[in-house]
Parts: sequence; structure tokens; C-alpha cells
Amino acid sequence: MKSMCRSSLKHCTGTVADGVFLRSIATRLATHADEASLYVHWPYCLKRCSYCNFNKYISRSQNHNVMTECLKKETQTLLQLSQISRISSVFFGGGTPSLAQPSTIAAVLETVSKHARVSDDAEVTLEVNPTPAGKACLKDFTLAGVNRFSIGIQSLNDDHLRTLGRDHNSYHALQTLSEARTVCPGRVSVDVMFALPGQSVKSWESEVKTLLPLCDDHVSLYQLTLERGTQLFKQVESGELRVPGDDVTAVMYQSARKILEQAGFLQYEVSNFSRNNAVSKHNLGYWSGQQYIGVGPGAHGRFVPNALGGVQREARTQTLEPDVWIREVQRQGHGTRRRIQLDPRGLLEEVLVMGLRMNKGITKQHWKLFSPEADLYQIFGVSDKVKEYQAEGLLILDDRGLRCSWEGLALLDSILPTMLLELEMFFETKGMTRTQHNNRKD
Amino acid sequence: MMNPTVLRSHGLFLPFVKPCPYIKLFRIKRRYQDCTSTCTVIRHRWMRRASCPVRHFSSNSTKQESIDMSKFPVERIRNFSIIAHIDHGKSTLADRLLEITGAIATTANNKQVLDKLQVERERGITVKAQTASLFYQHDGQMYLLNLIDTPGHVDFSYEVSRSISACQGVLLIVDANQGIQAQTVANFYLAFEAQLTIIPVINKIDLKNADPERVEKQIEKVFDIPKEECIRISAKLGTNVDQVLQEVVKRIPPPTARVDDPFKALVFDSTFDHYRGVVASVALFGGQVSKGDKIVSAHLGKTYEINELGILRPDEHPTETLYAGQVGYVIAGMKEVKEAQIGDTLYLHKQPVEALPGFKPAKAMVFAGMYPMDQSEYTALRSAVEKLTLNDSSVSVQKDSSLALGAGWRLGFLGLLHMEVFNQRLEQEYNASVIVTAPTVPYKAVLSSAKLIKEHGAEEITIINPAQFPERSQVLEYLEPMVMGTIIAPDDFTGKIMSLCQNRRAVQKNMLYIDDHRVMMKYVFPLNEIVVDFYDQLKSMSSGYASFDYEGAGYEPAELIKIDFLLNGRPVEELATIVHKERAYSMGKAICERLKDSIPRQMFEIAVQAAIGSKIIARETIKAYRKNVLAKCYGGDITRKMKLLKKQAEGKKKMRRIGNIDVPKDAFINVLKRK
Repeated sequence: MKSMCRSSLKHCTGTVADGVFLRSIATRLATHADEASLYVHWPYCLKRCSYCNFNKYISRSQNHNVMTECLKKETQTLLQLSQISRISSVFFGGGTPSLAQPSTIAAVLETVSKHARVSDDAEVTLEVNPTPAGKACLKDFTLAGVNRFSIGIQSLNDDHLRTLGRDHNSYHALQTLSEARTVCPGRVSVDVMFALPGQSVKSWESEVKTLLPLCDDHVSLYQLTLERGTQLFKQVESGELRVPGDDVTAVMYQSARKILEQAGFLQYEVSNFSRNNAVSKHNLGYWSGQQYIGVGPGAHGRFVPNALGGVQREARTQTLEPDVWIREVQRQGHGTRRRIQLDPRGLLEEVLVMGLRMNKGITKQHWKLFSPEADLYQIFGVSDKVKEYQAEGLLILDDRGLRCSWEGLALLDSILPTMLLELEMFFETKGMTRTQHNNRKD
Repeated sequence: MMNPTVLRSHGLFLPFVKPCPYIKLFRIKRRYQDCTSTCTVIRHRWMRRASCPVRHFSSNSTKQESIDMSKFPVERIRNFSIIAHIDHGKSTLADRLLEITGAIATTANNKQVLDKLQVERERGITVKAQTASLFYQHDGQMYLLNLIDTPGHVDFSYEVSRSISACQGVLLIVDANQGIQAQTVANFYLAFEAQLTIIPVINKIDLKNADPERVEKQIEKVFDIPKEECIRISAKLGTNVDQVLQEVVKRIPPPTARVDDPFKALVFDSTFDHYRGVVASVALFGGQVSKGDKIVSAHLGKTYEINELGILRPDEHPTETLYAGQVGYVIAGMKEVKEAQIGDTLYLHKQPVEALPGFKPAKAMVFAGMYPMDQSEYTALRSAVEKLTLNDSSVSVQKDSSLALGAGWRLGFLGLLHMEVFNQRLEQEYNASVIVTAPTVPYKAVLSSAKLIKEHGAEEITIINPAQFPERSQVLEYLEPMVMGTIIAPDDFTGKIMSLCQNRRAVQKNMLYIDDHRVMMKYVFPLNEIVVDFYDQLKSMSSGYASFDYEGAGYEPAELIKIDFLLNGRPVEELATIVHKERAYSMGKAICERLKDSIPRQMFEIAVQAAIGSKIIARETIKAYRKNVLAKCYGGDITRKMKLLKKQAEGKKKMRRIGNIDVPKDAFINVLKRK
């Protein structure tokens, strides 16, 4: 099937017929077509954090055996469906995946290896809640195959941790961090949040500085976003708690960036900083438009279902509720709830939006993988608005590619709608010339 | 003087055309269809005749056969209307009168039979004039009483005066609890000036708090009508309603018209029917007219043959002939609404008469921009506006386009209520979602510049659009429209009301205690000061007890200036506004603040300024975004993030660019819209 597609394309090259664009993407991506990353979602938490609206369930008893079987089963099904032969990285997220038994992690990884190639140095990350229980399991997790930890420290201030409803304190956090660095040296990341209720620029800066000598080579900074329906949202809404204003959080973000950079960290994405090139390969995959398979309740995926004869990449979502998901996996081998076909333009839009989050932006070569016919200059080089952004020093379009400046990165969400419009305009005029072309042929 | 900027919809007088959606109201009637002994005769003004299935009459042996109208000589005809303040019970009384005379069956369901429009029922007001001929037995004689229902509000005095011209008397209804209200006064003067017989009727005497004695005293004091002349009734319960009819017969004079004179009729209303053409409501001032007669329109000189004529009970009821003094309808093959101009005189072919004085065209006093929410709805909205304006020729329509809001119209209304009713009908009957801008008033300028005078062909021009505002150096003076406002309120609120009026640049003309603690105040207001929120403020400061009404009071010189609004130094045309000098600063500041709140932060600072000429009078600053990026974006977040960004990109398309600033349509709506 795939080889047919490739050979037929050779005949088509040079024409501007409708499907060519699409097919050429499929071919150009051929080198990566059989590769993907894998995300595994563990939906359970011990406690509800006051700010979290993620897909998680507080359940007193989890049947680890059933979950293990189902995660294995779905991994197998989706790997076969995608005909992915190489898994470049695995990420266990949640929920609180450190509540899963190491044997579950091992079983899933085993399944992956059985159906796809996983190189020895493939990144396998586990999100860890820095509780004593989590800490105790770290060694076992590495034995199960995990080789990178992402620790949800969130804050080193115990008051803040209480407001956030976390089930750990700063002492636990530092203990867990230290243990993780021992078992996985150089491969530990910490998550820290800012714009917390009651937080000042000063207290935030000192928190970052406290963290510097203790952390490993990777830091993720997140601004607290108030999500509708969370307890924290209500508390802020009612005036019980106050979060710092826009201008304050802007200062917090910029000062943390500076502090981390001075300490030798490179900001390689809007919220991610690394030293000694300890970047998260798995996450880079998302931002570079790599295929990924999502396994577990509510997990998202982006891949071509080759076994179904698909040529277009699909955005897939698994069933949210663990119990329902379990039943579906037991019955049909997977719990895919929603499949949306991504057309070439939809895919390009994601490549653009995600790519600009990285400090290296979108390289010429990278863009070409997804848009073989129109390079970045053709699409964005003519736009007055893009020129304006360039003149303002927010955006850079040069021979290397398209990327944000240091200032531009902080304003990315203001820049992106314009970029999407430019892309749309390009597609529309292109569509017009294509029709004209066809008309002429008729 | 012709004002080149205002184009009337289609000629000055347009008859009323049937918009189809009214058919739905017909269902009200269907409930009675199975009932053979009684039936409703709701005449739907806009209803197709074809859709009117059964028509029995329960009264006076009037089956489908024609009534001999010669049974009703002039001396046994009374033409009257009912006038009242909102909710004083005009429509309920009309229902009772219709029931008593057998025009409609007596059931509990007759609620405001003559008020057909949803807006009329909801607001408890009458917008369109309606007619019902009643047969009434008095002292052994059969009388023909023509009830010509009129709109209650002076905004609709255009309709009122048309109806009144066909009447000799009015029933002035006053609520026994609320007493005289501002509209009662305005309505009284309309009738008084037309020299009609006025019968005061005190309604709702069944209410617990009713105080008819106090109301009688008010009537005596304010209208100089002896309290003995008041009739105390409860329209709801039917108490003394028959007495009302007796007094109509006794007190209201018959029309002065002679059957021996040549036929002469006034067209006082008209509707349009797709199948039968124009249906004109007429009052016969002399002679008689029959089916098959050839008649001439004095206005156009065109001849028509009468296909059908009859009386309205209130349903159309054909007869052979109509005689002097009677009121009815005529269908004469008029194909276009323009052919039956309201105010026109009809006469018999080859028997010309002197035309009756017509009506003064209603003048629009309040203007507002109207735009579709989305430009794709423009065509649908245009057809809705066309239909409604055909129905209500007092609305002036002028095409307009705004860079921010797209293509739309500048509509002129007789007053605020008129505007509200129009908008409400547009929304309810045509399901149109529209943006209505804050109302403005027509200003005038007396030009001094010879060049401008030549350009306009007149020394005095009317300014509706701020873009046409001539510079101070080119005018002798500016004029603004004034109104005489009547406020009636309990005297506890006098102080508050006086300061409110002073703040609105009003000048007190008169103050009168209408009873022990109710005060009637008369103020001359600049119209502009009351068009936006005056009434709401008055209501809220008086806990709802104050009533307000106004009538036009000409133009007066005023210091007017134009304020421009600038974004980073660039003027935003659609925001320019004309204000009185005293108001410039507060207005400039208020709009700058509103703009600041509704323009989203951008990547650079935006100066929002109000300017008079080159002088900046107010400024607000929209600070630049310093950070706008979602912190987390991994696999699961992508779909959500893309959705949000695509929506923002879509929204950006609809934004108006001023310089390098993207201004969303919502910002304009927030600033321009009526609050």
C-alpha cells in the first residue's frame, strides 16, 4: 500500500492537482512515517488539586491488574493500527502516574518493545508527585525502564502548596528531587508554578534562586491558569484569593527567564529550560509535529492509521472516564472516542503553532517536511504584518527559518492568530490558482 | 425646506402592508372555531382574507348577508376613540364594548382584542390604529358606534391625529389608583385641540387602592372638566360599562355630514393585501358610496371602481353601501400602497369636491443607526426593515454604512418609544438580530458661508450625520430640537426630579399640584438630553412613580461642537459625535473610557483621545501586552489551543484596522450601542 503510493507519486510530481500536496506530505514524511512517540495516561490521583481541571479521578481503590491489562491492550492495538515500527520516546503522565505500580510501567514498556523498536537510549519519562510514597518507588521505576523523571514540585513555599491543594510540602519536594537525581542523574526535570495567589515578584524570584542549586538540568515554568470549574477559580472569583495581575505575571516570567539563563539554562521552549542539552525529547516531538500515540483514558494522539488504509493524520481522543474506557478496551481493544482527520492545512497549522513555541522556531528543513511546495518566505515573507513583527523585533524570518525573538516568545499568542490568517490567505489564493489551472486544462 | 440627507421611505404616506408573520397570531382565534353558537370576529388587520375560515356573528341577526347601512342615518352615528396612559385599561374597555355590543363573544379570553401586535400586548400599548363598528340599542333606537382605537403614546400622535380626525369625541381613561399621568395630559391636549367632546372615564374602581374621588378632583383641576362628568367603571368586571355607551350616545355629537351632499371620504388608514390590493379605511364626510361606484383619488386624480366595501366589526364585513357619517373600508383595485395615501380625499367620478385638509407628515425626531449583527444577514434585515416601514410610514430610512459595522441604515423615529417598538417588532416578528446605535437628534445650522449656502441651496440645513457638521466659522448659529416635557410625580420626589432636569439643561416652565401631593411639572428640554437614559433615571429615582411625556417644542440656538475620537492620533470616523459644549468633556471622557475597556490590549500602547478640532479634551491609555502566551502546551492541549487560536484568527478578520490597531467590532458595538 505504502509503496504503491510512493511510486504513483513519481508520475504526479510537477502537476498541481488536488491530492498531490497531500500525498507529497505523506512521502516526504516517509522517513518519519513509521516513527512516533507514546503517551500513556494514568488517570488517578490521591487528592484533587484546587487548580487542576485535567482528566483525573480520585478513586479509593484502583484495580492495578485491570488497568495494566487495558493499557497493554490499547498500546498493542494502537501500535498495530498505526503500523508504527519505532517508538522514539514514552511519557507516563496523569493524573498521578507515580501512583501506578512499577510493574504496570514495566508491562506497558514490554508491550511497546514487543510491537515496535525502542532504542536503548529512548527517553522514558514518568511524572512524579513528590510525596514520600512517590520517592520510595523511584528506584523501582528505573528498574521498570523509566530513565527520566518529571517532578511536580510546583512551589517551594508551603503556604502556596496548601492553596494549590497539593499533597506534599517543600521538604518532601526536596527529598524526592534529591532521590531522583541519585537514581537518574542528569535526567530529572522539575515543574514550578508562578502567578500563584499571594505571590509577589520578589518571593517568586527568590524561590527560583533557591531552586537553582538543588535542581538538575531541566526546569519547566508554568503560569497558573485559572480554569473554570476548579475550586481555585471559585476562590478567586469570590474574592477570597487574589492572583497577581497581568503586568506582574509578565515581570515574573521575564525575571525567571533571566535568572535561569544566567544560571546556564537555555530556554528551548516557552516554558521549558535545559542545561547540558537535557531537553525533553518527548515534548520536542509534540512541538515538531511528530506523530504520537495516546494510550489511556482521555489521552490524545496524532497519527496516520495505516492499518485502516489511512493516508491522513488523525487527531484522536480516547474515552475520558476510566471505567468506560476500561470496558471499551476490554471489548474492542481500544477506547478511541473521537477521530478527526487533519487535512494538510490543519496539519500545517499545528506545525506552525507548535513550532513557534520553540526557541529554534521552525527551520526551513522542518517546514519543508510538511509543506514541500511553499517555503516560509513564500507564505509569510510577503505579509506586511509579519514585516511589522520583524521590524518590532518580535519575529525573525531568515535563511534558517521562522522563529520568535526573546521578546516575541512572551507575546506568541498575540502573534499566532495573524500567522494563521496569513497561512489561510496563502491557501485560499493557492486554491484559486489551482482551480484556474484546472479550468485551463478543461 | 427639503433636507437632502433624509429620504423618506417611499413617499410621505404609505399605507400599511401585511407582513406575513402576523398569520401566527391568528391561532389565538382557532381555539374558538369549533364553537358554533359563539365565535370571535377578531379582524386581523394583516390577515389574509383567505385564511379567515368561519365568520358567524352572534349578534343582531347579522349572518353573512349584507347589513343595510341606510338604517343608520347620521344622527344615529357616533364616532369616538379611547385615549389613556399606558396600562390604564384602554384595551380592556375596548374588549368590553365589543362584547356588550355583540361584536365579539363574551368569553374570558377576550384580552385586548384590538391589540394584535406582540409588542402591543407585551407593552400594554397600542401602536396601530384599529377600527370597530358597534351596533348599540339605546332608547329603542339602533345606533352605530364607531370605535376608532388609537395608539396611546404621543410618539404615535401621528396615528392619533389621523384617528381623531375621523372622530367627534373621545373617552379619556384614567386609572382610579394612579390618577392622571403624563400621557393622560398629552392625550387630553390632542383631543382638546381637535375640539372633540371629552368623556372622562375613571377605570379600575374595583382595585383596593382605588380613589376615584381624588382622580375626579385631579381631572377637575388639570382639565377643567366638572367632576360630575366622570364615569366610574371597572372595565375588567364590566361595572358601568353600559353607562359609557349611553354617554357616548348622549354626549358625543353625531358627525356633521349630509347624505344629500356629494360623496366625500377621508382615507385615514390603509392596509395592503396581496390578493385584494389596498384596503383603505375611510370616514364618509358626505354622500354615499356603493359597490361598483367609480371613485377618484383627489391626490392622484386616478379613477377606481369599488370592488368591495363594508364596515369593520372589527373584522371586515361587506355591505352594499356606506352613508355619510359612517366609517368603513373600501377595496377599489388600488394595486400599490402609494395609491392610497393617508389623508387623501375620495370622491365620485365626475362629481369633484374640495379636498379635505390632509395630514402633516410626521417628522423624525430621533435617529439611530441600525446594522445587521453579521453582514451576511443584510439582505434579510433589509427586507424586514422594508416591510416594517411600509407598515409604519413615519419611520424615515436612509442607507448608511459604517466602516466598523458594515452596511446598514440610519432610521428616523418620531420618538423614543416609537424607536423601541420598531426595534422590538423587528426582533420579534422578523427574528432579526440587529445592532442599534445610541440615538441622536437632528440638529440644524444656519449657514453664513455663501459657498455652503449655494452648495446646500438653503441657509438652514439639518444635520443628522456628524460627518456633515459644518465648522463654526461657516455658521451663524447652530440649533437644537427642544421638547416640552410633562412630569407627574408624588411631591416627595420634586427635589430630586428638579435637579435631574437641571442636569439635563432643562428650563422649568410650570409647576402645579394636581392634588394634595402630586405635582405636575413642565420643562423645556433639549431633546438630545432625554433620548438616552432620562426616562430610566426618572423612573428609578422616583421608585417608578413618576411619569413622563413630551411633545415637540421647536428649535433653539445652542452651542454645539463636534468631538472626534482618535486612536494613536488617527480619527475613527464612526465615533465622531455632536454634543452641546457643556457636555463635551464628560462625553469625551465617557467614550474614551468605554473604548479603553473594549479594545483588547495589543502588543503596543494605544492612546485613546477625544478631540475638539485639534484640542485634546480627554485621554485614556491602553497599555501594551507584556506577556501573552499559554504556559503549557503538550499533546492533549493542542486541539484546544488550536480551536482557540482559530477563533481568534477568525475574529481578527472582522476587525477594523485603524492605523496598526485592530479594533474588534464588539468595541464599536460597546461604544455605539444604546445602553
